[in-house]
Amino acid sequence: MSENLNDNNKKKADEQDFLRQAADEEYQYGFVTDIDTHVIPKGLNEDVVRQISRLKGEPEWLLDFRLKAFRHWLTLEQPAWGHVNLAPIDYQDISYYAAPRQNNPAGKEIDPEMKRTFDKLGIPLEEQMRLSGMAVDAIMDSVSVRTTYRERLAELGVIFCSISEAVKDYPDLVKRYLGSVVPYTDNFFAALNSAVFSDGSFVYIPKGVRCPMELSSYFRINAAQTGQFERTLIVADDDSYVSYLEGCTAPQRDENQLHAAIVEIVVETRAEVKYSTVQNWYPGDKMGRGGIYNLVTKRGLCRGDHSKLSWTQVETGSAITWKYPSCVLKGDYSTGEFYSVALTRNRQMADTGTKMIHLGHHTSSTIVSKGISAGESENSYRGMVKVVQKAHHCRNYTQCDSLLLSPTSGAHTFPVIEVHNDTSVVEHEATTSKINEDQIFYCNQRGISTEDAVGLIVNGYAKDVMSKLPMEFAVEAQKLLSLSLEGAVG
Amino acid sequence: MENSLTQYIELYREQRQAIEAAAPAALNALRGKALGVLETARLPRKGREDYEATDLNAIFAPDYGVNVNRVNLARNFTPAFTCDLPNLGTTPIYVVGDTIVVPDNRPDDGAIVATFAQARQLCPDVLNRYYGAVARLDDAATALNTLLAQDGLLVYVPRGVKARPLQLINLFNAGAPTMAVRRVLIVAEEQARLQLLACDHTPNTTQRYLSSQVVEIVAGKGATIDYYDMEESTPLTSRVASFYLTQEADSNVLVDAITLDCGTTRNDFYLDVAGERAESHLLGMAIAGAGQHIDNHTFIDHRAPRCTSREMFKYILADNAIGAFAGKILVRPGCPGTDAYQGNRNLVTSDTARMYTKPQLEIYTDDVKCAHGSTIGQLDEDALFYMRSRGISFDTARTLLMQAFMADVIDGVRIDSLKDRLHHLVERRLAGEAATCDNCPIHR
Repeated sequence: MSENLNDNNKKKADEQDFLRQAADEEYQYGFVTDIDTHVIPKGLNEDVVRQISRLKGEPEWLLDFRLKAFRHWLTLEQPAWGHVNLAPIDYQDISYYAAPRQNNPAGKEIDPEMKRTFDKLGIPLEEQMRLSGMAVDAIMDSVSVRTTYRERLAELGVIFCSISEAVKDYPDLVKRYLGSVVPYTDNFFAALNSAVFSDGSFVYIPKGVRCPMELSSYFRINAAQTGQFERTLIVADDDSYVSYLEGCTAPQRDENQLHAAIVEIVVETRAEVKYSTVQNWYPGDKMGRGGIYNLVTKRGLCRGDHSKLSWTQVETGSAITWKYPSCVLKGDYSTGEFYSVALTRNRQMADTGTKMIHLGHHTSSTIVSKGISAGESENSYRGMVKVVQKAHHCRNYTQCDSLLLSPTSGAHTFPVIEVHNDTSVVEHEATTSKINEDQIFYCNQRGISTEDAVGLIVNGYAKDVMSKLPMEFAVEAQKLLSLSLEGAVG
Repeated sequence: MENSLTQYIELYREQRQAIEAAAPAALNALRGKALGVLETARLPRKGREDYEATDLNAIFAPDYGVNVNRVNLARNFTPAFTCDLPNLGTTPIYVVGDTIVVPDNRPDDGAIVATFAQARQLCPDVLNRYYGAVARLDDAATALNTLLAQDGLLVYVPRGVKARPLQLINLFNAGAPTMAVRRVLIVAEEQARLQLLACDHTPNTTQRYLSSQVVEIVAGKGATIDYYDMEESTPLTSRVASFYLTQEADSNVLVDAITLDCGTTRNDFYLDVAGERAESHLLGMAIAGAGQHIDNHTFIDHRAPRCTSREMFKYILADNAIGAFAGKILVRPGCPGTDAYQGNRNLVTSDTARMYTKPQLEIYTDDVKCAHGSTIGQLDEDALFYMRSRGISFDTARTLLMQAFMADVIDGVRIDSLKDRLHHLVERRLAGEAATCDNCPIHR
């Protein structure tokens, strides 16, 4: 009996040990690049909006769009319905544009300092160094640093560039699709983004083209006291296919930085878009100081029949995450998917989920959401599935599971389901539980430490989602998950 | 639309003396607070959080008569009523409009069953201590009920007493549009037992009625309570009912909400699971057809360790019926061993019916087992085909499958004869007949 007790105590002590270890675990992307950056003064007014537009050399129509959005934003209030503790943000205390000055005398090569930064992040900007053949659009603060493989993609007619370039080179396309899925009137942060958005990626896949490589953007916040407002627009024309990846990191700072992005996706007839995110913004320290406020509007419109849009996200970063990648299933027989793993630790707060709006008949959607809460974090799934009356024979399956790794963490599920006809079937299932002690015991018994066991169990738990990620990303995401889990077990 | 509360606040201000004269002090004591709430609060409108489908403001908007002067609405009602539920030996209590008739020939089983007015003499302490203690006054509908309530039914089961089953029959029979302010307070002390069957009927099918109900239930240590609430009313009847339950350690409570026929109904269930190892069962079932609107909102608040809650609501919607379900399970910090399940299954059988559902979990303790499941769908076509291939007509097959769908909610009933009766009533309801018992004098 007493041996048993000793064992238990030892086990407890072991657990405590790596808890401490991991608490000391640093955010490995928390460095700052020492690079000369052009930052416009803090504050937000019409002049700032005009200045951003001028700095980017934008046409008149885009400035109009920004101004309209800005005027609309002034009429709105910051929403408070999320299950997060979002302190009021002083929008006048943020600089809305920061451009790293590239020190490249030859005019062709990118700044060595910048290259070092991205190398350190594991994003090589030199094409020849890239083995996996993935095209990257690297964005630091408000500007796109470099987009690789553009020429090779252009041969197929695929446009992959920063949105600022797209505005200049393909104004018709941008004009046609910008704001068509997420209008600036959509919500508070969408209006703000529409007014001050800086850079982001633009992708256009022409009819019948299957994009031969993964496209990817890498977002990096570097400058202090700035916000990042990127805007991504992806258009997949009839019968095309593209897989798009997004990654992000930020330096470790005591202040909170705002990241309010918009991602718009248009999927035409029989086209397919796969959008994967590994979100690893700086989450703040263990006392909850600093970290990124990640307040993002992501939405895709499956406009054509038989179109398909798939969102996959692995969320481990950000002090506050507030985002709902959604699918508007307008085309008949279109399909929407959402696979998410959200891990929160320390004092992180995540309120994330999706919306599946079924407008076309025979549309189907699948939602798989896995939440993992550790430390004193709050992790919520919030989702909506709506089937309108004329959308017959729709199908939705939703599964959202939550795993609690500490007695002080919270896991919540807020789904809304609306069905307005008698031929659609909607299912929702959710479970919340602690990590299975029998499984940990089983692993311990076979010589696997509790920490490794938790890593194994969580990775197994998240496998449904991880398996949807492209290969290279899946490995990365798995590592990230294990890393974030270290010491999260209490 | 205007704020519907205004007319009630005005009514209270004008008739304050009349309202308070007839009511026990415990009721009058809370009116000031209720008025304070109502002066700033609004009745939720459609689209508000937890009111996606139901507009409370519109429900309270029509000009209903309120029986301020305590006219005896039961005077034309012959209490020769006997419910033919076998082997129950229940004592029926009627509430006609808001006039309560408690028979004086109730066998003495140690429990006190009385109107609030009678309770002033019989057990004033119980009324003073528990009236309004469980209900949430910040809820506008509850505050309105508290502002206007003049009487109610008290069921007090002292320590260790096993009360005989009770039947509470709520009726609307007035010749003019009426709002009834109904109030029930149930206090079951340590190890006490109680079974109560409440049913709402509207024998007069030509008038508009509104029933504002607040039920407060206190389950003491180890108490066992069954509360069955059945609504069988008319499309002209509106009902806004709030159930508040607080449970002490080791208590076991079943609340069963059955809606067989309704007009516009909004039911709120607040379960406060406050004592260790308490067990709560919340069952619900709704069958709604043309012009019917049923909205159940539940909130189970787990604030003690090792408690179990089981919740299941099932709906069958036909024609242009609107069904809504919003359920929340909250597990507060420091409640290890909580085992909670919430289920909501819905059958939508017509193109114009609408179902809104919002099952929620909010969990702040890690050592718990919580789950919820929600589905909206249709009858299994394979099962239908199988039955038809065996010579069962389409309609019969459909009815059989719908009955089977509801069976597990009915099987949760803990009184056998009531279970059988419910199977029978659901069968009739699904076959398109009135969901009434055969020999019920109310429906003659």
